[in-house]
Amino acid sequence: MSGLFSQWGQDLPSLLHGLLLSIEVTGASLGIGLPVGFWLALMASSNRRRVSLPTIAVVEVGRGLPALVVLEFVYFGGPNIGVKLAAVAAAIIALAWNTAAYTSEIFRGGFLAVPKGMREAALALGLSDVHTFRHVILPEGLRIALPGLMGWAIVTFQGTSLAFTIGVPELLSHAYEIASVNFLYLDVLSLVGLLYAAIAVPGAWLVRYTERRLGAAPM
Amino acid sequence: MSAFDAVIGGIWLTIILTVVSFAIGVVAGIPLVLARRSSIRTLRMASTFAIDMIRGVPPIVWLFFIYFGIGDQVRQLSTLEAALIGLGVISAAYMAEIYRGGFAAIPNQQWDAGRALGLHPVYSLGFIIAPQVIRTALPAAASYAIGLLKDSSIASTIGVNEILYRASNYAETTEHANVYLIAGLIYIVLSIPLALVSRRVDKRLRARLGA
Repeated sequence: MSGLFSQWGQDLPSLLHGLLLSIEVTGASLGIGLPVGFWLALMASSNRRRVSLPTIAVVEVGRGLPALVVLEFVYFGGPNIGVKLAAVAAAIIALAWNTAAYTSEIFRGGFLAVPKGMREAALALGLSDVHTFRHVILPEGLRIALPGLMGWAIVTFQGTSLAFTIGVPELLSHAYEIASVNFLYLDVLSLVGLLYAAIAVPGAWLVRYTERRLGAAPM
Repeated sequence: MSAFDAVIGGIWLTIILTVVSFAIGVVAGIPLVLARRSSIRTLRMASTFAIDMIRGVPPIVWLFFIYFGIGDQVRQLSTLEAALIGLGVISAAYMAEIYRGGFAAIPNQQWDAGRALGLHPVYSLGFIIAPQVIRTALPAAASYAIGLLKDSSIASTIGVNEILYRASNYAETTEHANVYLIAGLIYIVLSIPLALVSRRVDKRLRARLGA
């Protein structure tokens, strides 16, 4: 039996391949989910209850569902309605849906956190409702929401590991494949953990740094 | 067997996973946060590093690491044991951060006041600071518990026979994926009492502390 961590050099190229796919899935999920989340936030903030209430209901259900349940539902449920999705596509759809539901609340929280006085000042200056939102609430709200959105991006990156369960060849799948051949689970799984942490931990630092900087900036 | 009957039996394991790992987190988070706030630099750095690393690795990787990795080379664990340890360790790191947020909300003068009254710092912590930390940390802890309920579904990947595991089996044998909707609904329904209970506890604590 070889010593612990002896295979790291050999495993790394294959794992980096998987890591690349994990990052790509993250990017695609955020690329689809963030705009949808933004629109959901606008609809949930609407004055018309016919628009806001159903949107809030959809968002609450979306946030209440475990990501893994959504993932398996999208992948295994597709054929029931005649759509056979590729595993990667199913993973992106599921994570994008999750992103939309969660980030809509982050966006909405940002809009709500803009001080009332700013809105009143804009209206007093004669800006219309639309212009007030477009030029005052929106930029300020997005600034406030930024750390939360960055934090969510890290959650989504970590969430790509769930796609292992439907056979997407991402980082964890590569590790599992290696371990099922050489049986050195501890060996390869610790390397995989380090690879995830190598992105998520500095990411968390960046979120904290952004939070501090935005907090210090004059409002 | 209907889809509902197929998954409902998993409810107990889902609840056990959530409650036990949350309890582990509530208790184990305390030494972690105390170390995180320690005046001893090494202790502080070690705790910060541990918390960051635990939170930096996805839950599913933790479960695999514990079940397949440690189980393979150190001692074979049952799937439930591995899931409880994994989710418990993760909860401890998150709870430590939640407690830390609670500590940060308390002005330093309260420690000074305790010292002025001749209280040993341990008593200040126990009778002045900790009750307030608990109160301010409660809403965050409650929403973390709801997150944990959902994350417990990850235990299905190592074979814990909880709601999602049963749903997957059912979907595989019958080729009907509607069972996932039922499973999802059960998770949502389970999270509602958790939200209500936490709100009630929160209110009671506030009332007792006269805030």
